[in-house]
Amino acid sequence: MAKVLKGKPIIPGEAKGQAVVSRQPISFWGGVDPTTGEIIDQRHDCSGRNIAGKVFVFPTGKGSSTGSAVLMESIHNGSAPAAIVNFKIDPILALGAIVAEEIYKKTVPIVIVSKDDLESIQDGDLLTIDREGNILIG
Amino acid sequence: MALQLTEKDSQMLQGKFGEAPRLAMSIIVRMAEVLEVDELMDITHAHIDGCGLMSDASLDFAETMARLGGKVAVPTTLNMIPLDLQNWQKQGVPDSFAQRALRIEKAYIDMGCIPTWTCAPYQVIPTPHFGQQIAWGESNAIVYANSVLGARTNRYADFFDLCAAITARVPKYGYHLKENRKGQVLFRLVGIPDGMFSDNSFFAALGHLIGRIAQDRIPVIEGFKGEITSDQHKAFGAAAASAGAVGLYHIVGITPEASTLEEAFQGAQPEEMIEIGPDELLEAYNELSMIKDTGIQIGAIVLGCPHFSFAEFQQLTQLIEESQGRLSEGVRFIVATNQITYGLLERSNLLQPLVTFGVEIVLDTCVFHSPILAAKGKVVMTNSGKCAYYAPGELKTGVVFGTMEECVLSAVRGTLQRKEKTWPRF
Repeated sequence: MAKVLKGKPIIPGEAKGQAVVSRQPISFWGGVDPTTGEIIDQRHDCSGRNIAGKVFVFPTGKGSSTGSAVLMESIHNGSAPAAIVNFKIDPILALGAIVAEEIYKKTVPIVIVSKDDLESIQDGDLLTIDREGNILIG
Repeated sequence: MALQLTEKDSQMLQGKFGEAPRLAMSIIVRMAEVLEVDELMDITHAHIDGCGLMSDASLDFAETMARLGGKVAVPTTLNMIPLDLQNWQKQGVPDSFAQRALRIEKAYIDMGCIPTWTCAPYQVIPTPHFGQQIAWGESNAIVYANSVLGARTNRYADFFDLCAAITARVPKYGYHLKENRKGQVLFRLVGIPDGMFSDNSFFAALGHLIGRIAQDRIPVIEGFKGEITSDQHKAFGAAAASAGAVGLYHIVGITPEASTLEEAFQGAQPEEMIEIGPDELLEAYNELSMIKDTGIQIGAIVLGCPHFSFAEFQQLTQLIEESQGRLSEGVRFIVATNQITYGLLERSNLLQPLVTFGVEIVLDTCVFHSPILAAKGKVVMTNSGKCAYYAPGELKTGVVFGTMEECVLSAVRGTLQRKEKTWPRF
């Protein structure tokens, strides 16, 4: 049966895609290739996977200030995730999404959910996100 | 409560101070709303990280702001740029790449920034003072400013840094407020032999370990004896800010907001207490190497992540002299630094022995941001926890972490050399 998670849309938008789920924080710089969408951090639990067009579900960001630039460049290149779901706001990624909207008139929705809700999303789940931050699973 | 803007903030948002301040303020207001912050506050210094990545995003943002007439309103230093502005032609950087980097340079210079082009600004020009409210990008510089200088900044993103510099305003939240600077996790060093403290790679390993555990919480470290040098703080903080999201740490008896354990926690109790002994440190140390085989061929030594200081050049020169060797054929020895430190080298007696040995000194940039080290599939050796963390992903290389002395010995032999009992020294 389909399940709906109620999230907070810090960058509102609609998206649909398969979940790529990580249990670890990530630095987008050093972690994601903005040309391809591949996870390049070899220490990360999603190393080698591709997040372009997927809903990337992970706890929060870490590491480099340049994460914002990498996310914005991914948006520009069309290799960004369809949406990002975290349980804690990463101001670095939020800023990248906001500036992309200003400069390129397109962005990536970011939704914040509770830790329990985040952990209830399974890798490969089909997620549909609306502007109010509701996440439909299945 | 909704965000309250001052009259000047509102006028800026309406474009009364020009288009660049309007765009910058609109981005700051969006961030304040995302963070549910009630008001903005002044900052009096900025450090820009948004100039570092070669990307359309970095270029488009900088040129848009410059074209709209953006000027920084506070003293603003610049992080590295994707180009060694002095040596890029000799380094074989493609002209098309260089021209784009030079456009990034021009945009930030036109906006009135100070062309420091370094990720370690705190070691070369006058630093913000204790308690000063600042807006810094670059994870290693942020953690140094907060922890060692006691200045106050959040972990600001590329592009937010310029918005803050243009408006001199930031959302009032996070590390700008004293109550959010109290320690959260206590790390107690137990049974660690004194000798370990003398090697900077110990600090990188400790930073890697603490960053991984603390993540975005503020660590407090208890159990250090004696002084900690600027380079040791740099190695520790850079590693902690790579393995985790550490933007502020306290070291009891050493950093300025932690003269006692009680002060570090502002009287509160730690959320968690973790003991670190020699075994945990050794494990973290080994974890920084993705390749462990002694004897493996080394493709390049990379030092200066963050940028090398004059004191580090002194140490390196001494190690090179002690080795009585020359750089092995097929190995590159790259040290990244800034123009200011290089100017001092030129006036010292250090430059000649470095050049004779075969050291390539890279200015203004580093191997992560400028295409000067094609090492894909090769092995990079470094004494930097930050470099060891990011090299496998960014450079597609194997990475070996070691002491500066081991880097020099490996460079002479061409294969990975470990010094017996160099670490730990029981």
